[in-house]
Amino acid sequence: MRRVFLSAFVIFIALIMLSRLLYLQLLDEEISYSFLDDNAIDAKYHYPERGYIYDRKGKLIVSNAPAYDIMVIPRKVTKLDTLEFCQLLDITQEEFEHKMQKAITYSPRLPSVIVQQLSKKEYAAIQEKMRKYPGFYVQKRMLREYQTKSGANVLGYISEVNEWEAGNKKGYQQGELIGRSGVEKVYENELRGKKGVNYIQKDIYNRVMGPFKNGRYDTLPTPGKDLKITIDKELEAYGEQLMVNKRGGIVAIEPKTGEILALVSAPYYDPALLVGRKRSKNYNKLALDTIAKPLYDRGLLAEYPPGSPFKLINGLIALEEGVINEKTKVTCYHGYHYGRNGFMACHCPSGTVNNLKSGITRSCNAYFSNAYRKIIEKYPTPAEGMQVWSDYVKSFGLGNYLHNDLATGKRGYIPDSSFYNRSYGRNRWFATNTISNAIGQGEVLTTPIQLANVAAIIANRGFYYTPHIIKEIDNQPITDENFTKPKYTNIAPENYEKIIEGMFEVYNNSEIGTARRTRIAGINIGGKTGTAENFAIIEGKRYQLKDHSIFIAFAPIENPQIVVAVFVENGYWGSTYAAPIASLMIEKFIRGEISRTDLEKRMLNSSLQDEYDKALNPEQLSDKKE
Amino acid sequence: MSSTVARKIDWISILIYVALVLFGWVNIYSASVPLEEINHFNFNTEYGKQLIFIGLSFLLILFILAIEAKFYERFASIIYLVSIVTLLGLFVFGKNINGARAWYSIGSFTIQPAEFAKIATSLAFAKFLSDIQTNITHWQDQLKTMLIIGIPALLILLQPDPGSTLVYSVFIFVMYREELPGIYIIILLSVAILFIATIKFGTTITLVALAVLLIAYYFIAKRSPRRKAKILPLILFFMCSSVLSAGTPFVYHKVFKQHHRDRFVLWLRLEQDPVKVKQLKRDIGYNTYQSETAIALGGLTGKGFLEGTRTRGHYVPEQHTDYIFSAIGEEWGFVGTSAVVILFTILILRLIYLAERQKGQFSRVYGYCVAAILTIHFMVNIGMVIGLLPTIGIPLPFFSYGGSGLWSYTILLFIFLKLDANRINEWM
Repeated sequence: MRRVFLSAFVIFIALIMLSRLLYLQLLDEEISYSFLDDNAIDAKYHYPERGYIYDRKGKLIVSNAPAYDIMVIPRKVTKLDTLEFCQLLDITQEEFEHKMQKAITYSPRLPSVIVQQLSKKEYAAIQEKMRKYPGFYVQKRMLREYQTKSGANVLGYISEVNEWEAGNKKGYQQGELIGRSGVEKVYENELRGKKGVNYIQKDIYNRVMGPFKNGRYDTLPTPGKDLKITIDKELEAYGEQLMVNKRGGIVAIEPKTGEILALVSAPYYDPALLVGRKRSKNYNKLALDTIAKPLYDRGLLAEYPPGSPFKLINGLIALEEGVINEKTKVTCYHGYHYGRNGFMACHCPSGTVNNLKSGITRSCNAYFSNAYRKIIEKYPTPAEGMQVWSDYVKSFGLGNYLHNDLATGKRGYIPDSSFYNRSYGRNRWFATNTISNAIGQGEVLTTPIQLANVAAIIANRGFYYTPHIIKEIDNQPITDENFTKPKYTNIAPENYEKIIEGMFEVYNNSEIGTARRTRIAGINIGGKTGTAENFAIIEGKRYQLKDHSIFIAFAPIENPQIVVAVFVENGYWGSTYAAPIASLMIEKFIRGEISRTDLEKRMLNSSLQDEYDKALNPEQLSDKKE
Repeated sequence: MSSTVARKIDWISILIYVALVLFGWVNIYSASVPLEEINHFNFNTEYGKQLIFIGLSFLLILFILAIEAKFYERFASIIYLVSIVTLLGLFVFGKNINGARAWYSIGSFTIQPAEFAKIATSLAFAKFLSDIQTNITHWQDQLKTMLIIGIPALLILLQPDPGSTLVYSVFIFVMYREELPGIYIIILLSVAILFIATIKFGTTITLVALAVLLIAYYFIAKRSPRRKAKILPLILFFMCSSVLSAGTPFVYHKVFKQHHRDRFVLWLRLEQDPVKVKQLKRDIGYNTYQSETAIALGGLTGKGFLEGTRTRGHYVPEQHTDYIFSAIGEEWGFVGTSAVVILFTILILRLIYLAERQKGQFSRVYGYCVAAILTIHFMVNIGMVIGLLPTIGIPLPFFSYGGSGLWSYTILLFIFLKLDANRINEWM
């Protein structure tokens, strides 16, 4: 016993140690063995340049420009003439002291930002004096630079990820940039590229000791891909000019491809406002403007009753269902009588007899109310008729998202039988209850881009490509079938020709065409005006505002190259603002120049600001329709 | 002479010694070499100095082996006295480093007498026990032995260097081997276990558990035909334990300082709140936390020589001295740590084996002292680094940086190897 006691004790100790080591080194789950979790290893990221964005003609729209941050390592700061330094950096002394205090609190040994995002020009002035200030240095980083002043809503903007994103979004860390809207958001992954990483070993004081394992795990950054988008830079800019001092949207699409040529939302702003030192100040200004709402993309988001252009769809359905033909005549009594006491007013003089063509040209409410009623009443119950009608309308891509590559969008609304069953009760409603649908009022809601797509369908005589904004990624044309395969409506092509004849007359009938004053010599345009009623509720009282001016058009009729949907808030008749703007857009796109300079001048100089201001002073508004 | 020594000396022990010293140096290098110096050698750094210490210790070995074996026994008392004088001298001439007057400073060179006092005490202790007139079962001789151990232990405790003082407790193992009544060992272990159990589980649970154990023991002993089970000593034992256990909270709360209590809290996992535990680990247990992390990151085979991020980044405080084992853990993994543990175990077992084969009592007692001293260093140092024992600052023999330490363990070991090589000649 006495002889083996110490030996036994030693063996006992050794066994306990070995089991502890076994647990600690091989079994302990709490301590991960991945070097990524080792806080002695620091990952230094190298950010690739974000991809450039070009327009459809290959013109550069968005590129990058270096910006310069003034950094400080507080421990290294020695004697410092604060006053002189602040003057150099153009900041107040309090601001400087505050930033320095923050930097010291964060870490005396690690760099902090003192002044963010100086431009190249500002930096040039400071550059050579920097060496006089030990502890301070300049760090370069890349910011977006815009070669255009328009299309801010299309291009979108980027900003630093917030705290939540840095923690939860895969691949993003504090200080990294992310696309917030528009193309920057949708094509974030392509534009962003892949950051490279250097693993650096640090000592206990966080000082760099050198590359970890001689850089075995380091990677090089992969640059972001360049994008070519379908937008025509000049057309986009021109559209914005035309919308000066107005609110509304323009959507232009190339019908044979579904490529979006222009997507204007007014009021607009310079995309450069959301870059650099003044970004957050400018952003707040834009975001807090709840009256003009410059950040609200009206071309994509504004849901309104489409008004008269919707008559075209009803005409097409009526033709397809065989309830009318191009010769069907309807007499308009300065309106349309229906039901026991129903009456829908129309601007046609009483006794006008319209066929399909003149019905479109005159935009006769009576004609399309009649056609709509016939569609619904063709079926044994209104519910069945309504379902047939609704399915036709939805085949035009209405009432649902377009499922395209734009950062935002709205469904709009197309009612169906179940909607009316809910509001009136099953089988307790008739075609006449829903007659507003005939003229695009009532329950129907569409967005400007949906209307533009309807125009593209008519221009194509029955099919469309989902409107999209991407043309090429890294010089490779897109192959996404959602954008390259046509989608067909349920209506035969020959019926479209009959409707197009009427749309041609809208421009070319010199007596009754609603857009006859805006025709372009040599280009055959098909179009349709519209107005949409709208209301504002101010302090609990409902006011009728001036109608929204709406217009859709495509040209040339024989071989359509462009369709345009224009919508001007409170612009009154479709022919007042929307039609001239549409025709100018068409001329600009097809001809490249404008021959009708007086018309152009009128649009560039006109302002609806007075009209908009009325909403702020309700006493100027009538509570009845004007 | 030298040829006889070479023939008779225990080469197994020497091989293990060399392996430990060199492996130790490799880890000191890793823990202390600055990045920019990897390709040229600098003798002004810790690894450079340690290499000089190692070179000098080889000279020391030759010197020790050259001296006549009988010298150590004959001069044991004088060596012991000199050692006591050097320890006393510290109170006058000593240099204060890290709050302890434990060093003599000659120029840039410092020497720690406490390390050498272990050797002197072992020699004196061995000489006293091996004296023909000494009978360790008599209380007078027990008292004298206690004095031999107690004087240097007290002087070291006053420096203060509680870690080194703790080392002197191992002599009781040696005394036990030399026929000290077992009751002392039982008392010592009982006190330690009772104290720790009471802190961990509280007085009531501890005493109930003890009662159950004693009753169980009584009934088992009763059945055994060879032994007579007496109930009275058991009751006496239990009463003493009760007093001790009841007194423990008083000692713990009134005698111990807060930083002692914190170590117990961490060691015995007394704190349940995980946030507070984390705080304590980062705060009080910072060294242990860092060394455990470094060891755990080593995994099975380690990160490789000079690849340990914690070691290279100086995350573990005092890594080249007391915490050198964590460098092994990180860079050489479980393979390295278990190899070191096994090498130490083999060396100690080998020394016990050598001690047992000695004919003279002096050599045997001294050999046992060497084995016991190595055991407590091995146990307390590695136990602390891997988080099994509270933080007690004593070095890992042959590994930790420092000339005094390396030389004292070398002298300690090689005096015994010399004695062992000389065992046949003892009667001449």
